[in-house]
Amino acid sequence: MTNTRRAGIQLVTHAAALTPMGLLLFDWVQNDLTANPIQAATLRTGKTALVLLIVLLAITPLNTIFGLRQLIPMRKWLGLYAALYVGVHFFIFIGIDYAFDFGLLKDALFEKRYALVGLASGLLLIPLVFTSTRGWQRRLGKKWKRLHRFVYLSAFLATVHYAWLVKTGVRVPLVYMAIVVLLLVLRLSPIRTAASRLRYSALNRIATFRKRWRRKAAHDISEALD
Amino acid sequence: MVKIRSSEITPEHLYYSRRDFLKGAGILTSGSILLAACGGRTTPVISTSEDEMPPETTATVDELGDPLTSFIDVTNFNNFYEFTVDKTGVADLIGNFRTSPWQVEVGGLVHNPKVYDIDDLRSFMDEERIYRMRCVEGWSMVIPWNGFPLASLLQDVEPMADAKYVRFETLYDPDQMPGQNSPWYTWPYVEGLRIDEAMHDLTIMATGLYGKSMLAQNGAPIRLVVPWKYGFKSIKSIVKIDLVAEQPTSLWMAAAPNEYGFYANVNPEVPHPRWSQATERRIGESGRRETLLFNGYTEEVSSLYPNQSPSIFF
Repeated sequence: MTNTRRAGIQLVTHAAALTPMGLLLFDWVQNDLTANPIQAATLRTGKTALVLLIVLLAITPLNTIFGLRQLIPMRKWLGLYAALYVGVHFFIFIGIDYAFDFGLLKDALFEKRYALVGLASGLLLIPLVFTSTRGWQRRLGKKWKRLHRFVYLSAFLATVHYAWLVKTGVRVPLVYMAIVVLLLVLRLSPIRTAASRLRYSALNRIATFRKRWRRKAAHDISEALD
Repeated sequence: MVKIRSSEITPEHLYYSRRDFLKGAGILTSGSILLAACGGRTTPVISTSEDEMPPETTATVDELGDPLTSFIDVTNFNNFYEFTVDKTGVADLIGNFRTSPWQVEVGGLVHNPKVYDIDDLRSFMDEERIYRMRCVEGWSMVIPWNGFPLASLLQDVEPMADAKYVRFETLYDPDQMPGQNSPWYTWPYVEGLRIDEAMHDLTIMATGLYGKSMLAQNGAPIRLVVPWKYGFKSIKSIVKIDLVAEQPTSLWMAAAPNEYGFYANVNPEVPHPRWSQATERRIGESGRRETLLFNGYTEEVSSLYPNQSPSIFF
């Protein structure tokens, strides 16, 4: 892979991940964040974090099926940005919404299941953030992979958090939940093996076809020249 | 002389959205037409004499001294699932909503069933009531309503002795209300009150707010307002009122029986099964304020619930 291509993918990733934050700040400054700006900011940062986690989780199956290896390093950045949005989301909730009033927060945060699963989802990301460096990856060896699989649980809990928050009958969170489950299923080893086998057989077939076509073309040309 | 109804003169289906309003204000102050090209949405605005009138109210605070929520916030942050579940999107979807002609059928266990034209209802004594509105989601507003006590309407139809409850129904018309295509709810929206709650002086039928005719996003042309209960009890765009013997099942009771009961009186001590009701955010304020028992109307309504059993807070 060329360096320009790698730089291009990096640039798009960073720009895409930072855009929601920019838009949020812009709307905040413009006072265009609905009549309930704190709630709007909470919802937007939460949803951005969830979307980033889903995009991150989609990279592995995209690589398995389409061989998009150059996206693999972006998982780290998407994970870090997701954690950043979760952090901002949490800070808005406890710092701006509840103004660090721990009497109120005790009731709002620790006694409600939607808040508890949200908290769990966010806390799960913390060890992943701190071990996201290459050094930690080396140090932990095989354990690193096992540890970082917790990102699936974090994303799933985030969708539960979302589903328990909305009023009955609002089904959007279930769509997110289904996507996370689908991405997890695609990751399971039998399916993964089948997918990559399918890809390789498809690639082989294309290669054989090309070879044959080229041979035939050469044959036709030589015949035409005779 | 030909009688012309006021609702026929004023088409009430086009209103400023928040952005258009701000944009318009920008044009007026800066004199620059460039601003008009900045926004993504442009809605043709048909001005009527009433639209041009500024929002009017006799007061700036409620009886507790808390300021009114701004007209723009009241008319652009709405829970009206008949249009959309997006609170900031309702005001953009009201373009096709016709509030004229409009009739309200009042019947059931009454001696004198009637079909009221909306103009007949506007002829009931009109008064301003400044009420807090507490949404079950944890936010609240202070709104100057214009309307009349529901009691005067009920007295007009003469309820029978066995009428124990009042059942209200919203218009069902998915062509005008796209949210009614959602299969997750049993449309139309239904709400109910106990007869003594319905006859209480605080319970009003509102036909306007801030001195203007009700906008579609707030439940035009006529809605219920019961200030000591969570906002979803205050059913909008009513077409049918029935006096009944049995407790009606509301849309929310049917949709989530474990989460919404019939009474839904505001109480900070009784959480929603999934979130706390101890605090609320007053729209326009940052931070939170403590939620008041019966939304601050304990003195007026506690006599309705002499033993305050837990069931009245569900």
